[in-house]
Amino acid sequence: MDSLDRRLLNMIQEDFPLTEEPYAEVGRRLGLTEKEVLERLAKLKEEGIIRRIGAVFDLRRLGYTSTLCAMKVPEGRLAEVAAVVNAFPGVTHNYLREDAYNMWFTLIGPCRRHLEKVMASIEARTGLPVLELPAESSYKIRVNFNLEEGNP
Amino acid sequence: MPRPLTDLEKELVRLLQGDIPLVSRPFLPVAQKLGLSEAEVLEHIRRLQAEGIIRRFGAALRHREAGITANAMVVWQLPPEELKRAGEKLATFPEVTHCYQRQQRPEWPYNLYAVIHCHTREACEKLAARLAAAIGHNNYRLIFSTAELKKESMQYFIQEPPECRE
Repeated sequence: MDSLDRRLLNMIQEDFPLTEEPYAEVGRRLGLTEKEVLERLAKLKEEGIIRRIGAVFDLRRLGYTSTLCAMKVPEGRLAEVAAVVNAFPGVTHNYLREDAYNMWFTLIGPCRRHLEKVMASIEARTGLPVLELPAESSYKIRVNFNLEEGNP
Repeated sequence: MPRPLTDLEKELVRLLQGDIPLVSRPFLPVAQKLGLSEAEVLEHIRRLQAEGIIRRFGAALRHREAGITANAMVVWQLPPEELKRAGEKLATFPEVTHCYQRQQRPEWPYNLYAVIHCHTREACEKLAARLAAAIGHNNYRLIFSTAELKKESMQYFIQEPPECRE
């Protein structure tokens, strides 16, 4: 990844042109041809740096609800429990963390009852309790990363 | 309560929640599926964005692959009256990607959460100390993530679970 790639990534994260030919526009801004932009993006995607290009929605405004869950999973059961948890399509993020509560996942669904049903099902299938930590206020949700050098 | 989406808007959500193709006219397939022009699709996207239904349009990255390898959750236990000020303060730091107030539990008494992403573990440790100093509460707990077991975008309006039907 060179400095042009970083500028390109910052631009398509934060300021994606909503035009019929967005990559030609990105090229104009960066002094590249459309073909060069598409080739660079294809490479960044192949390397796994770009996960997807599309819309990011406010789940609440779509009528959905979400919560955060934590579990204390014995070391030897991590893969098995992760398979149970990750099988639910509403589990979008799942991280191992350095704590007695070592598995942390987010759960999204179209109604509260569905979330409760999924959590109960995870408890039943793993025999482990799920600690639910629902949000009461949100101060920030930012999903883009500044990749230019010298920045965090 | 959010306003209900029209059938067309739900279809647009289904088509835009995936990955648009890396081609010259990436909105063309969406337009064709909806029987609209590309200009009309773009107009819908801009409107949904103005309404806050679309939070952002663009690339989602895998931060680990992009070199931002350290990710941690910093949690505090704060008196309720201090939460808002502290949460708003934490939100001003660019390295803080998520900041929430959450319900306290007897097993987990923390109520303020900041998720931070840094290039290194040491940078996360230093940042956590700076965050704590900024809100005047040094009794934080820093919990690093050691593995990402799943990270996917939610697929909306694919199926309606029976328990959600009125």
